[in-house]
Amino acid sequence: MNDYIATYYNPDKLEKAWKVIQADFLRETGVTLYITLMATLFAVIIGLPLGVLLVTGDQKGIRPLPKPLMAFLNWLINLLRSAPFIILIVVLMPITRSIVGKAVGNAAVIVPLVIAAFPFVARLVEGSLREVNPNIVEMSQSMGASAWETVVHVMLPESVPSLITSLTTAVTTILGYTAMSGAVGGGGLGNLAITQGQQRYNQAVLLAALIVLVIIVQIFQTFGTWVARKSDKRLKQ
Amino acid sequence: MIELRNLSKSFVTADGPVDALKHVSLTISDGDIYGIIGMSGAGKSTLVRCINMLERPTEGSVLMDGTDLGTLKKKEIQRIRHQITMIFQSFNLLMQRTCLQNVMFPLKLTRVPLPQAKKRAMELLETVGLPDKANAYPAQLSGGQQQRVAIARALATNPRVLLCDEATSALDPKTTHAILELIRDINRKLGITVILITHQMSVVQEICNRVAILENGTVVEEGDVSEVFSNPKAAATRALVYPDAVEGLDSLGAAHQQMVRLIFRGAAAATRPLIASMAIDCHIAANILSAATRTLGGKVYGTMLLNIPGGPDELATAVKYLSATADVTVQVEVEYQSAGPEKEAEAE
Repeated sequence: MNDYIATYYNPDKLEKAWKVIQADFLRETGVTLYITLMATLFAVIIGLPLGVLLVTGDQKGIRPLPKPLMAFLNWLINLLRSAPFIILIVVLMPITRSIVGKAVGNAAVIVPLVIAAFPFVARLVEGSLREVNPNIVEMSQSMGASAWETVVHVMLPESVPSLITSLTTAVTTILGYTAMSGAVGGGGLGNLAITQGQQRYNQAVLLAALIVLVIIVQIFQTFGTWVARKSDKRLKQ
Repeated sequence: MIELRNLSKSFVTADGPVDALKHVSLTISDGDIYGIIGMSGAGKSTLVRCINMLERPTEGSVLMDGTDLGTLKKKEIQRIRHQITMIFQSFNLLMQRTCLQNVMFPLKLTRVPLPQAKKRAMELLETVGLPDKANAYPAQLSGGQQQRVAIARALATNPRVLLCDEATSALDPKTTHAILELIRDINRKLGITVILITHQMSVVQEICNRVAILENGTVVEEGDVSEVFSNPKAAATRALVYPDAVEGLDSLGAAHQQMVRLIFRGAAAATRPLIASMAIDCHIAANILSAATRTLGGKVYGTMLLNIPGGPDELATAVKYLSATADVTVQVEVEYQSAGPEKEAEAE
C-alpha cells in the first residue's frame, strides 16, 4: 500500500497531474457535457416517439398496430440494448462515417451513443406512459379525442414527472458511456482518465476525473429529482 | 332519443367467451333521467360504454335520433362523443392540470379559441359552484369537488346526453345527495338527458324517472321508477327493493313460516292501522318482521314483511283480508311448510 502511494502519488506525479488538470480538465469536462447532452437530445428525439408507439401500438393500446410490426420493434430494441457499447462503436463505424463524414472524433462518438441510447430511452418512455391511469385515457377517448390528441394532451402531460425521472436516468447512463469515446478518438473526462491516468501511469488524474464525473452525476440526479418532484401536481404543495 | 335495439356484447377471455350483454333493448326519451341499476357484474359498465361506442356492440344497434352509431366512421364517432359526454366513478380528472384546464380539455378538442374556451370554462365552474377553484389542482380538492369539475368538463361541449358511470359510488351520502341535486338541476335547466348507471337503489330513487334493472346482461324489468319499485316483479328487482327478503327468512329459524309482503301505495294506505284491525276482525296476530316507507316520485310507499302464525287456513284468511283493502298489494313470500318428518310423509 505504501509502495502504491509512493509510486503513483509522489510529489513528482502529483505535480504532473496538477499540470494536466489545469491544462485539460475544464475543456474535457465541456467535451463530456457536449457529447452527453447532444447524444441525449438525439436519443430522445428518436426514443420518445418510439416509446409512445410501443404503448399506443400495443394490441390493447389506443391505436393498435399490426402484431408483426410491434414484434419487430421490440426485437430491434432488445437487439440494440443487448450489444455492448464498445462493440457497437466498432460495428457502427461505416454508418457513423456516412452520417458525420468521419469515423473518429467527438462528433463520431455521438452517433453510436445515440444508437445505443435511443432504445433505452424508448423503454423508459414506455414504462412512464404505461403508468398513466387507464381510466384517464378512457376519459379522453370518451370526450372524443383521437389517439394523437390523447397522446399529446393526456398521456404525455400526465406522465411528465415520470418522464423527467426517466430522462435523468438516461442522461447519467449516457454520461457513463462517454468514457469509451477514446476508442474512436473522442475526448472527454473518461477518455482523459484512461489515456493520462491509466496508460501514462498518472493515477491522480484518473482519480480527479472520477471525482468530477461523480459530481456531475450527482448534480444531474439531484436536479432531475427536484424538477420531477416540483412538476408533479399530484403532490400537495 | 336514444334507442338500444337487441344489443349484445361478448368478450373473449382466457376462460372462453363471456356474454356481458344479452339482447338488451331500451328506449331513453329526451329529458329523461334514466337509471340503469344492477349488481356488480350485471353488465352496467359495458352497457353505458356501448352507448358512446367505447365498446362496440357484438350484435344489435344503438340509435341516436334514428342514426345507428355503429355505422359511423371513427371521426364521426369522435364528434358524437361531444354530444354524449361522460362522468366516472373515479372522476378521471387530469391530475397534472388545473381545474380550469381540465374543463377546457374538451374545448381544446373541438378547437374553440383559447379566450372563448377560458371564458366558457369559468362559466361552467360557476355553474357547478367552484369558481374559486379554477387554478387549483385536482389533488387539492375533495371527491365531491372533483366530481363537480368533471361535470363541468362534461358540459363544456353542450352535450345532449350525459352518461354517469357510478358517478356517486365513491362519495359519502351527503356529497352523493349534493351531486345528484346538481345532475337534476342540469337535467332541468339545460334539458340534458341523463343516463345513470348505479348499484345504489337510493340514487335511482332520488333522481330517476325511468329505470331498467339489469341482471346477468339482461334487462329483467323496465319502466317508471315509481311503478317498478312499488310493484317489483323480477327477482332481481325484488332483491334490490327488499334487500331483507331472502336473508331475513333463514335467520328466523322457525319450522313453520308463512310470510306475507304488504305494499301500500300512497299516504292513505300507508297510514291505515291494518295489522291491528286484522287482529280484531280475523283474530290473526301478525308479527311484523320489517317495515319501511319510502318516497318515489313524490308518492309515499310503504312495505311490510309479516309473519302469519297458524297454518294454510290462517294464511288464506289473512291474504284475503289484507287484499281487500284499497291500494294494498299482498305477496306471499313463503308458503306454508310442515316440519321435517311430516314433509317426508307427504312426499310418499
